Amino acid sequence: MDSVDKFHGQQLLYIGWEDHLMYCAPLCIPVNPQTPFRALTEQVIPSLYPEHPDTPKLRWDKVQWFRSGQPFTPDPALSLVENGLGHKAVIRFRAPSLSGINGSCS
Amino acid sequence: MTTTTSSKSATAPRKLSLKENYALMTRGLGWDPTYQSVDKIFPFDTFEGIKIHNWDGWEDPFRLTMDAYWKYQGEKERKLYAIIDAFQQNNGQFNVTDARYINTLKLFLTGVSPLEYAAHRGYALAGRMFRGIGPRIACQMQAIDELRHAQTQIHTISHYNKYFNGLHDFKHMHDRVWYLSVPKSYFDDAMSAGPFEFVTAISFSFEYVLTNLLFMPFMSGAAFNGDMATVTFGFSAQSDESRHMTLGLEIVKFMLEQDPANVPIVQKWVDKWFWRGYRLLTLVAMMMDYMLPKRVMSWSEAWDTYFEQNGGALFQDLSRYGIRLPKYHEVAAKEKNRLSHEAWGTFYNYSQAAAFHTWVPSNQELDWLSEKYPDSFDRLYRPRLEYWREQQQEGKRFFNNTLPMLCQTCQIPMFFTEPDDPTKICYRETEYRGEKFHFCSDGCKDIFCDEPEKYIQAWLPVHQIYQGNCFPADVDPTAPDFNPLAEVLRYYGMNVGHDSGDYEGSPDSRNWESWTGRPASPRDEVEPKAA
Repeated sequence: MDSVDKFHGQQLLYIGWEDHLMYCAPLCIPVNPQTPFRALTEQVIPSLYPEHPDTPKLRWDKVQWFRSGQPFTPDPALSLVENGLGHKAVIRFRAPSLSGINGSCS
Repeated sequence: MTTTTSSKSATAPRKLSLKENYALMTRGLGWDPTYQSVDKIFPFDTFEGIKIHNWDGWEDPFRLTMDAYWKYQGEKERKLYAIIDAFQQNNGQFNVTDARYINTLKLFLTGVSPLEYAAHRGYALAGRMFRGIGPRIACQMQAIDELRHAQTQIHTISHYNKYFNGLHDFKHMHDRVWYLSVPKSYFDDAMSAGPFEFVTAISFSFEYVLTNLLFMPFMSGAAFNGDMATVTFGFSAQSDESRHMTLGLEIVKFMLEQDPANVPIVQKWVDKWFWRGYRLLTLVAMMMDYMLPKRVMSWSEAWDTYFEQNGGALFQDLSRYGIRLPKYHEVAAKEKNRLSHEAWGTFYNYSQAAAFHTWVPSNQELDWLSEKYPDSFDRLYRPRLEYWREQQQEGKRFFNNTLPMLCQTCQIPMFFTEPDDPTKICYRETEYRGEKFHFCSDGCKDIFCDEPEKYIQAWLPVHQIYQGNCFPADVDPTAPDFNPLAEVLRYYGMNVGHDSGDYEGSPDSRNWESWTGRPASPRDEVEPKAA
């Protein structure tokens, strides 16, 4: 079982960008559980999608978040764990005005 | 050894009738044990819950005795190797359409050929586990067939490996590479089940229900694309395959006829192994629609013909036993217009870490896809392919450099979309022993939930990489210049820039042009590269 103790102090986080399937599947990254949520939006996520033409257009205050498929409102100042994101949590984000390459959800 | 002088007066032994010979050389090879009980000798054919009241109710599916088997197979081998020799001496590998086609072979030979060997092991094991002599003989013959198929394909690997990259260490890669964990874990799942489930999984669900979707496109694809070595192998394997299909149908009918309590167990396996096999065939969908330079038919058309029509008729026949169509067959039907596009996009994303090349299809090929997929291709997939081509022409070939989330059951990256919405990734999850597990579909989730203790042990390549288990032994992950991706590829045994990456400009495509004088891909589509 890929339990958290096997990841050298990190935990796994899965991230999906809705309507942007040019990056073909949700991504899996190891993260420090104490990382503030703000670091995800400011550093981590943009670095995961560097080639997407919509990445520079992301406005994080407009983004909708989902945790295990349910809408949720993260607190940017709190850590991942304090935002209820444990090992193997899955989050998705959706920017309502962005729908991928030529609106194709790519 | 001594021989006694035969007396001339003794009459020559009477020649056995065909029927007697058949009985002696099949059922007659069994015996009743006396030192140990049958239950102790065959402890594994009862724990799955299948009830067999009369093992003699087994109809031999092969109608072959062992002595005849060796004779026929020996003849087939001689013919096959004569043709393979001629193919090699005449440089037949250069008669294929273009070197893009070879990537289909690479995927088949590294993904499927090791499964032939796994099948050999699996049938040898199942043969040992069944107490009935009928199924034991059938499993023995199939075990030998599978070994023959594995050997033939390894000869093919050996030949193509002289000219093309990515085939140099299929065995090493099969145990390590991320996408090869998909076929490997599929077979490991079957082999670690009981003998009845194994035979239902491989002989019935794969060989009987789904095999046409593998062999038909692969062999006709080979013929369309000038690969006569593969066509010859296909013919040589075909008579074996038809025996295997018969075994698949026989094992299922045998279980269903022996006891009504077997019906729900068989149905559960049919549901499970339909879904497992269907997910595996995703690779075939992509071969058919994207990788064959000359296409046979689309995945969608193949699914219509070989599953919805032929499979529909089969399950109609089985309905008298109380067996219905496999669960989620309707999801497979909904996915048929998107499967190949999603899969090819994924390999395009991670082409830097695969032992075969990917590319954006030519304009003519894009038009073919538009025609075959009128409702989905232009709207959803063409824009991204054209964008990728533009980027490549500007010298910015797109790669995804972050590892993907995988399905816990099928181990495929989670690129499959919601059955009713091809623009939304399908996410499913459950919790077991306080841990979250994620799935690509309801089919894969159900399989996990039925046997969680089995699937929590999955060796998921992405998780293994992050645990630090996929680096070569000489690596120091604390070194300042440690490059995890490069070290993983070294652990895989991949020769970066030769085996992997885009087809355009690859050593394979350059060699093809210099060795054959023919274009490496359709010429009118090759646009000048950015300076």
